[in-house]
Amino acid sequence: MRMEPTNESLARAASDGDGAAFAQLLERQYDGIFSLAFRLSGSRADAEDLTQDVCTALPTKLQGFRGEARFTTWLWRVVVNAAHDRRRRAATRARHTEGWGDWEKNRRAGDSETSEAVDWLTQAMRSLPEDLRDTLALVLDDMTHEDAADVLGVSAGTISWRVSEAKKHLRALREREDQV
Amino acid sequence: MSDEFDDLKHAMKAAMPAPDAAQKASHLAMAQKKFETLQGSADEARPTSDRPKTGIFRGVREMLSTLSTRGALTASTAFVALGLAVVVPDWRQAPQLFDAGYSVDEAQPVPVVRERAEADDTLGRAAPEAEMEIQEAPVIIVPEPLVQSAPVVSMQQDGAYTRAMPVPGDGALVQIEGDTEAFADADQNPLKVTADEPVSTFSIDVDTASYSFIRSALMNGQMPPVESVRIEEMINYFPYDYAEPQGDQPFETTVTVTDTPWNPDTQLLHIAIQGEKPALEDRPPLNLVFLIDTSGSMEAANKLPLLKQSLALMLPQLTEEDEIAIVTYAGSAGQVLEATSATDTDAILGALDNLSAGGSTNGEDGLRQAYSVAEGMAEEGEVTRVLLATDGDFNVGFFDPKRLEQFISDKRESGTYLSVLGFGRGNLDDEIMQTLAQNGNGQAAYIDTLSEAQKVLVDQLTGALFPIANDVKIQVEFNPGQIAEYRLIGYETRGLNRQDFNNDRVDAGDIGAGHTVTAIYEITPVGSPAVLTDDLRYGEVAASSDSDELGFFKLRYKAPGADNSRLIETPILAGGDVTDEMRFAMAIAGFGELLTDSPYLGDWSYDQAIALANASKGDDPFGYRAEAIRLMRLAESLDQ
Repeated sequence: MRMEPTNESLARAASDGDGAAFAQLLERQYDGIFSLAFRLSGSRADAEDLTQDVCTALPTKLQGFRGEARFTTWLWRVVVNAAHDRRRRAATRARHTEGWGDWEKNRRAGDSETSEAVDWLTQAMRSLPEDLRDTLALVLDDMTHEDAADVLGVSAGTISWRVSEAKKHLRALREREDQV
Repeated sequence: MSDEFDDLKHAMKAAMPAPDAAQKASHLAMAQKKFETLQGSADEARPTSDRPKTGIFRGVREMLSTLSTRGALTASTAFVALGLAVVVPDWRQAPQLFDAGYSVDEAQPVPVVRERAEADDTLGRAAPEAEMEIQEAPVIIVPEPLVQSAPVVSMQQDGAYTRAMPVPGDGALVQIEGDTEAFADADQNPLKVTADEPVSTFSIDVDTASYSFIRSALMNGQMPPVESVRIEEMINYFPYDYAEPQGDQPFETTVTVTDTPWNPDTQLLHIAIQGEKPALEDRPPLNLVFLIDTSGSMEAANKLPLLKQSLALMLPQLTEEDEIAIVTYAGSAGQVLEATSATDTDAILGALDNLSAGGSTNGEDGLRQAYSVAEGMAEEGEVTRVLLATDGDFNVGFFDPKRLEQFISDKRESGTYLSVLGFGRGNLDDEIMQTLAQNGNGQAAYIDTLSEAQKVLVDQLTGALFPIANDVKIQVEFNPGQIAEYRLIGYETRGLNRQDFNNDRVDAGDIGAGHTVTAIYEITPVGSPAVLTDDLRYGEVAASSDSDELGFFKLRYKAPGADNSRLIETPILAGGDVTDEMRFAMAIAGFGELLTDSPYLGDWSYDQAIALANASKGDDPFGYRAEAIRLMRLAESLDQ
């Protein structure tokens, strides 16, 4: 069985100037970056912009990758920071759209059940404070609380607390819906 | 009712769009172009609207406080921050400090500064404060490799910098490589209020890696990072002579309550488990597959060469019936020694001599091959074990660590165990080692010197290799009528859910032949002035019981190979004979608490720990306890 080079070794090679390693690394991580970007931003357009930010910043940032953390942990941190950056810029330009509110119309229109779920998702994500939303963006992809804690630079306990807070929010939301 | 969280997860999955192929191609091309351009030009800082934070001290402090565990760990080994501690324990060595010929490179950027830049800042620009720090302050990187037996940190008058100097030690093998050590970081077990949570459940632990790590840090003149300290592994590093099992029980448990050395108003509940020591001549034949990491990082003197010496020490303990095979992994895995009788020392040592380090690590392939060799060797009535020797950079490549765990625990079910021997420092991924050994029903030991190899592979060979009980779990129910509060000392990474105790499918630790396991609770009796929590004004009054039992002790274990557990239970009563063995364990518990800056010790200090350990040292035939006392002294002077 032949093994692929690890993310870490590719990242080290790339930070030493190996263009092929960089290409392979980014190709491998691209979908992951995009999907985290989507979970963070809530719209396809925003996710694409955010992914582009990350892609163009990576060559510079990689030079600082020292292998202290797992590469993906480091990468998700870069994506989360990029998302914060984008939100901040959007806010200062007073063009702030409510991320999870700017939802693509007509997508999956044929599937009513799914779009109902999507609406609930949008609504649910919107109802959450920013830090809970970021936390969910990570843990909804089956990331462990420990890893999410590493990415966000908080303790695992904080992540668990945020997840339980988020669950409370969701439950309350569901209850309100059920009453209507 | 469905779980909203799961609903959200599904909704998210359903809503997730696939990345647009054209977009993706254009993004990738853009990034590649940027990458190529960058190779020719300097890293340009883009302007930012964020106000640069100024001040070197502030910068460094923030840097340290925001670093992740791994980063901080590297920071503490790679450079010494600006707190100006001057520790020169041996003045005769002082002249060496200034003429050992190490150049001081003032311009060299400190790696952690970059870490902050990438972790905290926004895209595409270097953190301005980081750049400024480098220019303003000469921060000196400790040259490596750093080999020393005494902690030496010095300061020069003209600049705020510290440097550590290498002092050649007596056969010191430990090197620090500013690298990627990682630890399972669990918070200290908190104080529990008996009325709220009367039941405490955990798995036993016979790993010792944490103690060896602490030792090598202290020997290097550094306080071990708090997250590397696992008190139960420190306590269980030492063999204790507890009461031996009677009849056909594989082990004996002794529960004793005595005064707490560091607090007159609390007591310690000491739980001792002594495994039976089967006669050596009766032991079943062993099949050992050494899976040896020969990746490039294993080249250092304290890794592969030490491993070879260690195995040479171990061979005389084995008999003709025992078989050894060797598999290596690095780049590609390969079997370098067919199953060979352990008495054929020439063949085995010859194969070991031919090992050399090189290439990158491919752990999973190696593991698969080692297990398949082991399965080929296994016969009815024999004990088969894979011994993974690595510096911990156990690279699982493309595969999910969870799958690796699953793989190992599946193999455990089929009767092949796994133990992990850690070597060297710098790459040691302690968390992975622990996880592997825990899932493989084995022990994780960290070998930093030949004497440690002697302990693990010779003196305690039987315990390390012959399991006598699997999945040993302990559950203690405290009586709220007697005990107001309790806390378990150590075992943070071994906690189990209350319901897991009776669930035989939940894995737990194992006891080998002759092993001892110690667990200590600090308990606060009802009405003691040491009770830290107030009664609830509106809470329910705890159901009081007239019983004078302090609690009820339960232990479950499985005979090796059995699927169903057996239960041992006994009430916990005040008193019991306190032996020196127990007192020494308490001294080590206190030592661990001191290393973690535990809030529960009050004024109790290293002096008292040393006095207690000295008084209870006992026979100490191997000198382990004397060494621990030396480490306490070392820690005391380093902790000033």
